[in-house]
Amino acid sequence: MPFEALLATCLGYVALMFTVAYAADRAAARGHVRWLDHPLVYTLSLSVYCSAWTFYGAVGYASRSGLEFLTIYLGPTLVFTGAWWGLRRLVRVARMHHVTSVADLVSARFGKSNKLAAIVTLIAVIASTPYIALQLQSVRLSFEVFALNAPNGAVPDGLGGTGLWVAAGLAVFTILFGTRNLAADERHHGVVTAIALEAVVKLLAFVALGVFVIWGLAEGPLDMLDRISRASTDPRVGEGWLLKSDRWTALILVSAAAILTLPRMFQVLVVEAADEERLHVAGWAFPAYLFAMSFFVLPIAVMGRELLPDDANPDLYVLTLPAAQGQDVLALLVFLGGFSAATSMVVVCAIAVATMVSNHWLVPVWLALRRIPAGDDADDLRGFVLNARRVAILAVMAAGWVYHEASGGTAALASMGLVAFTGMAQVLPAMVGGLMWRGANRKGAYCGIGTGLVLWMALIFLPSVGIGGDLPVPRGMDPWTAAVMLSLVLNTLAFIGMSIFGFPDPVERLQGLSFVSAVEPIRHSRMMRGDDRAEPLLAMARRVWGADPALRYFQAEARAQGKSGYLPDLTPSFLTRLERRLAGSIGSATAHAMIDRVAGGVALTVADLLQVADEAQRAKEETQRLEAARAELTRTARQLREANDKLTALSVQKDAFLGQISHELRTPMTSVRAFSEILKNPTLTEEERGRFAGIIHAEAARLTRLLDDLLDLSVLESGRAQLSIGVANLHDLITRALSAASATRPERGFLIDRDLPTEHLGVITDADRLLQVLINVITNARKYCDAEHPVLTIRVRPRDGGGAIIDVIDNGSGIDSGRQALIFQKFARLNDPARAGGAGLGLAICREIMVTLGGEISYLPGQGGAAFRIILPARPPGRAPTGIAVAD
Amino acid sequence: MMPDRPLFLERASFHRRRLGDAARVLPIVAMLLVLVPVWWVPSQVSYAGGAVWIFGLWAVLILAVRLLHRALLRAEAATTRASDAPEERQDAL
Amino acid sequence: MQLDILMIEDEPNIAEAVRFILSREGWQVGLHDDGAGGIEAIREARPRLVILDLMLPNRSGAEILADLRAADDAALASTPVLMLTARGQVREAASAADAMLTKPFDNADLRAQVRRMLA
Repeated sequence: MPFEALLATCLGYVALMFTVAYAADRAAARGHVRWLDHPLVYTLSLSVYCSAWTFYGAVGYASRSGLEFLTIYLGPTLVFTGAWWGLRRLVRVARMHHVTSVADLVSARFGKSNKLAAIVTLIAVIASTPYIALQLQSVRLSFEVFALNAPNGAVPDGLGGTGLWVAAGLAVFTILFGTRNLAADERHHGVVTAIALEAVVKLLAFVALGVFVIWGLAEGPLDMLDRISRASTDPRVGEGWLLKSDRWTALILVSAAAILTLPRMFQVLVVEAADEERLHVAGWAFPAYLFAMSFFVLPIAVMGRELLPDDANPDLYVLTLPAAQGQDVLALLVFLGGFSAATSMVVVCAIAVATMVSNHWLVPVWLALRRIPAGDDADDLRGFVLNARRVAILAVMAAGWVYHEASGGTAALASMGLVAFTGMAQVLPAMVGGLMWRGANRKGAYCGIGTGLVLWMALIFLPSVGIGGDLPVPRGMDPWTAAVMLSLVLNTLAFIGMSIFGFPDPVERLQGLSFVSAVEPIRHSRMMRGDDRAEPLLAMARRVWGADPALRYFQAEARAQGKSGYLPDLTPSFLTRLERRLAGSIGSATAHAMIDRVAGGVALTVADLLQVADEAQRAKEETQRLEAARAELTRTARQLREANDKLTALSVQKDAFLGQISHELRTPMTSVRAFSEILKNPTLTEEERGRFAGIIHAEAARLTRLLDDLLDLSVLESGRAQLSIGVANLHDLITRALSAASATRPERGFLIDRDLPTEHLGVITDADRLLQVLINVITNARKYCDAEHPVLTIRVRPRDGGGAIIDVIDNGSGIDSGRQALIFQKFARLNDPARAGGAGLGLAICREIMVTLGGEISYLPGQGGAAFRIILPARPPGRAPTGIAVAD
Repeated sequence: MMPDRPLFLERASFHRRRLGDAARVLPIVAMLLVLVPVWWVPSQVSYAGGAVWIFGLWAVLILAVRLLHRALLRAEAATTRASDAPEERQDAL
Repeated sequence: MQLDILMIEDEPNIAEAVRFILSREGWQVGLHDDGAGGIEAIREARPRLVILDLMLPNRSGAEILADLRAADDAALASTPVLMLTARGQVREAASAADAMLTKPFDNADLRAQVRRMLA
């Protein structure tokens, strides 16, 4: 097969992956997650466990050591047989705490300690770099197989750069689809779907090859068994194939640990899981996948030995066997399978490690360096976190590539899969202990993981790169097994020992209770200052999630409490939920620190803790029912209180209304009457006469305007407004509104920030009424924005389900949260009425117009200035879009 | 009607608990079946015979996990129905 | 030169009308157009009469009146005050003011009131 054809196929396949990932992300963004969320997609994404190391290496492993290769698959299978009470618990607890990585899980369990997470991240980085290098190498080797088999026998130029090209391409893919957003749940639909597809390719390729070997080369399964038995009688083979019980046990233990602790496995198994229900399918389907992947390994190995020359590399049997048999298409399929295995592992590993690096290394350091005061709007945390991830992805890829280039040879890399497994396994005692034993504490976790890290480095990692020698062990014992067992046993002992002698701090005990009993954690009610912190919290959430998700979340929380608007009460449960959602974006330790800084808090005491713990433990059905009833009552009470407040305010306002009307009418009338009487005086100069007549005219016009406004309002309020519905372009309306409003305070040079392309949006509405609202809102901004360099930002975007959302934001000092609820009331001017020059009916009329149009206008808090959001529905309610006004 | 329901309820939750026990025991049994032969008679399970034993065991495990999860889900649904039933009746009254 | 009358009124047209009417009678009329700083303006100008609008931005006429009556300086505290109001607000402010004029007013009434109070 020509090398160019191979390259073209390969590029086509890569393009397909980009397309699939893009389509899945698009579908997810539109909310079509039904098929993306299917348990089968989840199960297939778990196959990222089968990297190129297992895809190519398993056959080589089997050819050298016989059935021992099965341990790599049996470990995970044993873990999955315990899915019902093991994995489900892990996923439930991790989802409850919005855990973002294995480092974050350990950190969250042990008192939200970032240092602990940083250490786990260190292990992950050390273990992953050579592992990624191994994948790059496998791709390069597989390219070489094809290049050497090429008819002209020449190795094409630039093959040495394969590793670099693959690493660069994967970095682009990972950055594109792995850092699109900073969602609170850290899920990447595009990546997961692409990986599920790659899993299918992997499996198909391997099974096709297996079928070819058993039924094409051998004469069926019985013949195959026969050949296996014959191969084992070969003295070169027999000794190596004999299973050693200590290695067998240690390998199964380590690979069982790997499925839980490897960064990429934790990412797909826990972080990308929407809930624990999918484990009901994955519980049997993933072992079945592993079964299918390993079923044909031994036959391929035996057949490779029989048919290929002695010097052929067993690690490449899967490719060379079909190629030697002239099965080009099969060889190409196998190549794509191996390519899939390598790329999916690298992508997920890079996402997982980059998340850890940015959440536990870069962001905490940045926050500590910046020392930003709470509620400061200037810093864009979201942008920083995303960029930190991108940089981390590039760094992880680059490190893998550099390692690949530096190490060069096969031998140095082949053992790296197991080295990575054993490294991450050092996290297992703290992780499992933390989930099952309330007594486990941070000191224990530090000591256990620290001991494990040091022993792993000294006994396994450094010897694997040629520094230091094997452990001196008694004869008959395998040095590798001894090193693994020693590191894990001492790790566990240190963990348990220090846990027994240490005493955890209250936060840690609270988290321990929550993790071990799988109950929702509670933030104690003494840990906050007051309701005035709601807006800074919103501003903080906005910096992490972006404006809209933050507003949506706060609005939903406020609604759940029975409040309208965007600012919920700072109840303990709200703060807890907010913290956990933030943890989903930036890790639990950072989220905890940020909430504490903004919402403030008294340190938790042991007495508080005991109270909380007691409550939590008694939180059985009955308390839950009481809780629900109380929540309902609280909600009703809050609604009543809000309604009452509103009514009281309304009645005061109603009284004030008449007084206001009287005042607003009498003021112009006073001038009119006084000056008309003055005009009767014959001694006035012509100039005076003209001037006074002008005043009378202006005041009469003001009276007319006021009466118009009042009439307008009463018609709108009574619901008898006649609308003339038509299609209008928002861009034109906004332009007209801006020019109409520019007459107000023309001396203020406003900078208008518009996004013209997005404004061209057709809406079905009453254009004149909408224009009235826009003019009013923009005029208000011109009147009240007190910034030195005033900027008016207007943003338009389509609303889900039709219609549009228009945000008008200035950069002034905004409106106090206490008065935000009042501005839409009649005569509710906030500032100097002389400056306003109107009667204070503008926003009240706007609100009534928007209600009539079926939309709403609201004040957006926390935007760094006064901000109004106008929401327009697809079409006005109950009216035909034909342009016929409906009157009653 | 009244005496029937508690009996049914107890039976459903009893059934569910025993299935839960089975779910706990399964991985331990599986682990022993994978490890013990290699400890005990390594030379017998290192070649073709071992392959048959392990792949056979593996297939059985996959089937067992699938059946167990199905049964557990059904039992859970049954117990929720059973414990929900009295409330529905009271509401109806 | 000492002012006869200090007017505190935020509506420029009303202020102009009142000032025109009273100036023609030969009185010196000063103007302050904001509730804030009202009491300081009175203290500085020491007028013989204060015309005070009830509805003022930032600080209402009633509050300014209370400030004035509470002043340490007895002469200042007893400055006569003519309150301008719209109807409906009469009761709350009636107590401390020396006289009251409801908007809109007859120019002759205004002249008569001021003349009586300055006499």
